[in-house]
Amino acid sequence: MINRTLAPEIKDATEFNLQLKPYEKFTLDNGVEVYAINAGAQDVLQLEMIFYAGNSYEPANAIAAVTNHMLKNGTSTKTAFQINEHFEYYGSHCNRSCSNEIASVSLHTLNKHLNVLLPVMKEMITDSIFPEDELATYKQICKQKLSVSLQKCDFVANRLIDAYVFGSDHPYGKVITAADYDAITTDQLKQHFNKYYLNGKCVMFVAGLLPKDIFQQLNKNFGSLSLNKQQIILPAHQILPAIEKKYRIQNDANGVQGAIRMARPFPTRHHPDYMKTMVLNAVFGGFFGSRLMSNIREEKGYTYGIHSYIQNHIQDSAWLISTEAGKDVCEATVEEVYKEMELLREELIDEEELSLVRNYLIGSILGDLDGPFHIIGRWKNIVLNNLDEKYFYDSITAIKTVSAEELQALSEKYLKAEDFYELIVI
Amino acid sequence: MIQYEKFTLANGLRVLVHEDKSTPMAVLDVIYDVGARDENPNKTGFAHLFEHLMFGGSVNVPVYDEPLQIAGGENNAYTSNDLTNYYCQLPAENIETAFWLESDRMLSLAFSEKSLEVQRKVVSEEFKEHYINKPYGDVWHKMRKLAYTKHPYKWMTIGEELSHVENATLQDVKDFFFEHYTPSNAILVVAGNVTIAEVKMLAEKWFGPIPAGNKYKRDLPQEPKQTEARKLEVRANVPLDAIYKCWHIYPRLDQRYYVVDLITEILSGGGSSRLFQSLVKEKKLFSNVECYHVGSTDAGLLTIEGKLLKGVSMADAETAINEEIKKLQAEGVTEKELEKVKNKTESTMAFNDMSITERADSLAVYELLGDANLINTELGKYQAVTTTDIITESRVIFDEKNCSTLYYYSNNA
Repeated sequence: MINRTLAPEIKDATEFNLQLKPYEKFTLDNGVEVYAINAGAQDVLQLEMIFYAGNSYEPANAIAAVTNHMLKNGTSTKTAFQINEHFEYYGSHCNRSCSNEIASVSLHTLNKHLNVLLPVMKEMITDSIFPEDELATYKQICKQKLSVSLQKCDFVANRLIDAYVFGSDHPYGKVITAADYDAITTDQLKQHFNKYYLNGKCVMFVAGLLPKDIFQQLNKNFGSLSLNKQQIILPAHQILPAIEKKYRIQNDANGVQGAIRMARPFPTRHHPDYMKTMVLNAVFGGFFGSRLMSNIREEKGYTYGIHSYIQNHIQDSAWLISTEAGKDVCEATVEEVYKEMELLREELIDEEELSLVRNYLIGSILGDLDGPFHIIGRWKNIVLNNLDEKYFYDSITAIKTVSAEELQALSEKYLKAEDFYELIVI
Repeated sequence: MIQYEKFTLANGLRVLVHEDKSTPMAVLDVIYDVGARDENPNKTGFAHLFEHLMFGGSVNVPVYDEPLQIAGGENNAYTSNDLTNYYCQLPAENIETAFWLESDRMLSLAFSEKSLEVQRKVVSEEFKEHYINKPYGDVWHKMRKLAYTKHPYKWMTIGEELSHVENATLQDVKDFFFEHYTPSNAILVVAGNVTIAEVKMLAEKWFGPIPAGNKYKRDLPQEPKQTEARKLEVRANVPLDAIYKCWHIYPRLDQRYYVVDLITEILSGGGSSRLFQSLVKEKKLFSNVECYHVGSTDAGLLTIEGKLLKGVSMADAETAINEEIKKLQAEGVTEKELEKVKNKTESTMAFNDMSITERADSLAVYELLGDANLINTELGKYQAVTTTDIITESRVIFDEKNCSTLYYYSNNA
């Protein structure tokens, strides 16, 4: 008979030697850099073209996101339908996404179709025409979607907490309204396109079981475009945080749950406290075994889930706690969050818990290095944040070596109740 | 081609192994042949509540998560109307930890009163978060009841009503466990940087001694053929009018299932699909419109749903949907259009196979359906679909007598 009460021997996860597979780097004729990871077993690839064209650069709300979205809505030779049909016929996905600093156009495809897809991506980023009719339709879609979202307490809470921390004029705190969509003109989109795509700053990431001629294919399609010629200056945005710290908002008279958000400003990845704080965050609310989850979900049953995280911003960041809890237990939940902060400030994390968190984090990074898309994702984060591979290896070291005393000191510095904005939207 | 090996333990547990030496990780996936369809109509939501209880400690291991996390692992689970799946991923060197934890909870749970009490609350909050405190959150609750009169697909996985979960007792939990959570009702898949010999040894060691238990015999009430159109009107505090139309389709293993799956792609698989192009872009009646099905094991539903642009009448919106359907029934599809959706299917499968977690999940689900090798042969079934099949099936399925329609009106419009 085996003894089932005894755990099998394990290799301590902190003993794993984690390696981030190095990228290969090409430079196209026009100076555009391409980071590449050649790995995997399936004949597929992912290409992401990053433009410095996010909402930090826009002259009015939503211009950056709408410009980015409408890159698939028509060129001088193809209608939106024809562009979509082209990608879909080859079973590929061409997506757009827009965030604060960057906006991207990406492609997921079977390798065998790459050569017929790249020319259409080139058309999108050089020859988009932003038809009036397409914009009118898209505005309607956005406004309708917004009207549904505004009825959800979590959506409302996410917008407001960002606005409190950064100010609603800051790219990270913008609150988009239906009137913002109404005000958008095709001229504004064309100007944004002209400046930040056609003559913009671009960097590319490609991963998968790459075809041998990947560089030639990219260079042929994108190497002669007028990219990276002009200097793109990130406009300065001042952070104007709210004065008042505590908010209670009634959004839905019939609501049965409240969306709770608590947040404080936090520095970026370049700050010396960042890596160790990531470990503290894990202990606090960063995974299923965290203190917030154990107490507020697994012990009290107030919520389906509660998480803390540091926002993934480039210029400045914030530390957030986020949950949806029963209407009657929202205030109690907020109290418990503060109690957990207090515990972290006042008591050392014991070695058993800290060791569990170290192992969990290492295992999680190891799992997240599985396959070319994950690896390039890590690299993209490093490159776009102006870091290098040292950041990856130093993070691992921080996980393996941070002490309970250091975590307590960080708690005293950052987990002070009075520094937190606090919001409940029902 | 996904390679795998299969063997069965003496207690009936089916084991599949998929080796992949390119990853440092391993995945252990256990599927139990029980879903919401197997629930007592007066105790719905139980399969899903049970999934939560599986993390509340087993007979010899007081907590599930911590030892796994110490071994560098992560886990999760999901419940559907058809099945319950548990999976964990960890560094391959530590795979035995996963065998230890999973086998102990197949052996028996701790059945703790405290865990039940807390998870009842957690599931209640999950119910509220997803189905009550959300605009249109009750649609599927209403639609399932409209479309199904007999088959247990008439309730949602989360449960028919909150009280069923709130009233669950420890005795209910025990009965459910010993009826369904037995080796003969389970499939174990191990994938990643492992060897077949190692998995055989570990499976025998940890799962071999578990008593076989009884094989659950499924005998579900079958849904009678729908013979007349069903309609339901709802008014709620939502910002926009919406319409939902559902038609009964085929069981997962029926060859016609693949035809229907491709029909949903033709109607709404992307920016060049028919419904989006016609109803959103050209006629400007909807802000979004989708066509989909959920791939259920027993005969499921094909759904078309859309949110109406402000000012558009429900009648005009429905007429426009019906016109697209009539066009499909009359003219069918071109070879190129069919090729497009087949290409998309091929590509989706290739991308799914990128991760060992996905491969393990697919192997487990296909084995539960009756043949793990479907992971390799299913693309061929899609390739075999012809333009004639599409036109034939569109005429059979899209019959108003086979349709349930939910008109969801905004109180504020």
